[in-house]
Amino acid sequence: MPPEVISIQHLWAGYNGEPVLEDVNLSVNELDFIGLIGPNGGGKTTLLKVLLGLLSPMRGNVRVMGADVAEGRRHIGYVPQIVAFDRDFPISVWDVAQMGRLGTRRILQRYTAADKEIITQALRNVDMLHLRDHPIGELSGGQRQRVYVARALATEPKILLLDEPLSSVDPQVSSSIYELLSRLNERITILLISHDMSAISAHVKTVGCLNRRLFYHGQKRITPDMMQAAYGCPIDLIAHGVPHRVFGHHSSEGAQE
Amino acid sequence: MIEALQFDFMRNALLAGVFVSIACGVIGTFVIVKRIVFISGGIAHAAYGGIGLGYYFKYTVLPVLLTDSALAQLDPRPGYYPLAGAILFSLVAAVAMGWVQRKTRQRADTIIGVLWAIGMAIGIIFVDLTAGYKADLMSYLFGSILAVQPSELFIILGLDVVIILLAVLFYKELLAVSFDETFATVENVPVDVIYIVLLCMIALTVVMMMRVVGLIMVIALLTMPAAISGQFVKDMKRMMALASILGILFTTTGLWLSYTWNLTSGAMIILVSGAGYLLSLAVKPLARRWLAGNKSREAM
Repeated sequence: MPPEVISIQHLWAGYNGEPVLEDVNLSVNELDFIGLIGPNGGGKTTLLKVLLGLLSPMRGNVRVMGADVAEGRRHIGYVPQIVAFDRDFPISVWDVAQMGRLGTRRILQRYTAADKEIITQALRNVDMLHLRDHPIGELSGGQRQRVYVARALATEPKILLLDEPLSSVDPQVSSSIYELLSRLNERITILLISHDMSAISAHVKTVGCLNRRLFYHGQKRITPDMMQAAYGCPIDLIAHGVPHRVFGHHSSEGAQE
Repeated sequence: MIEALQFDFMRNALLAGVFVSIACGVIGTFVIVKRIVFISGGIAHAAYGGIGLGYYFKYTVLPVLLTDSALAQLDPRPGYYPLAGAILFSLVAAVAMGWVQRKTRQRADTIIGVLWAIGMAIGIIFVDLTAGYKADLMSYLFGSILAVQPSELFIILGLDVVIILLAVLFYKELLAVSFDETFATVENVPVDVIYIVLLCMIALTVVMMMRVVGLIMVIALLTMPAAISGQFVKDMKRMMALASILGILFTTTGLWLSYTWNLTSGAMIILVSGAGYLLSLAVKPLARRWLAGNKSREAM
């Protein structure tokens, strides 16, 4: 059994005393590649906030790399959902990726040559180094997503945490992003969260459903039980009309192993 | 213009315009990219409370506390106490508004609007309570760059140095907090502290600018050069530099026009900036096309 990197036990979390997440349990092991899907309002953002230490749990225990979230989150590379907002922001690809080194540089400290090497490596990893001086606003959705992945990689994470990674990306581009994630998964644990069923492709090793409660058994496919239990998930499944594709990929991948 | 430079007041005014434009370009850029124009306006208007307080302190409190001979030895410069009051008050307003914005989940904009008005009201009441001379209070509302004293010039220069030093020292944190607060938080940047520092820098800038264009028009001069610059430059530092240069251009041109036509300097500076802004909106599509043409030519 590979070591556990994230442990969530009996987590209750929410806002103003109203729980959004109820009794969530999750154990993420090293080099897992987990896709969590769930309807909007099902607590995906809340779970992200708890894992990033932006929201304190009401009850329960969350540990990242065996430490409290505030300490353990430095091992998490966070890739946020792309929003239209930053199109206007006057910042280059390089400067965005460079922010990944913030956590290791204190106030008044400058970035070092070692930082530059790490940033270069991160940008090369996502195949964006040639656009390093480009303003972020001139990139396509897929390219910007790659830059955010590079920024997360520059933190030298043990875990990548992605929020709706394919929200503003064409289908062709999304497969190339998944290839990238697959490659990164050889050395980094990945947890991605999406409301979109089609975001969970064959590259994901295991899937779970999140709708206030989490239905995850470390399985490679969504079982009818989970769909039944996670109200909302089956609706997504049917709505996108892709259950066969998803099941097909997962069963074939399962067969290979 | 050249003969106007013989006058001390004109030289002081020009220098004040240059100094203020530099801080304005740096801080205005943050205000634009972080979209905090409203809270900046709140800080500017709340600063008026400090001016009223400064007047009250000088003309009502000090005469009670001190003997006439001690009063005579005090700083004779007229703008000293109001300026000190404005600096103090705007810093308090900046911290209060920033704190309110961070800690209350709802209605932050309402509360900022309320603080904005309370600050001004306090200023007006304290001026009422102050007996005697209050003629140049209007100059804080509409600016009086031509009345800038050499001593004030030093204060403005000092504030400039403080603002630029802070911007240089905390540049990577300010950039991170402006661009993506969530990520900055996860990277353990003290986001709230950095944000409050930024608001305090805005407060200091606003106080400097009050002398030039008056607090009513502060926001226009703070935002227009940076807004123009942001249309053409996609790099934070270059945006700051260009905004500063534009600010210097606008204040100098405005000053020259106001001298030539004998019109209110603050208003002239704002009109020149406004004309520049509208012109930039018109020129932008042309510039785009020209740049695109250049690029395709390079590609060939």
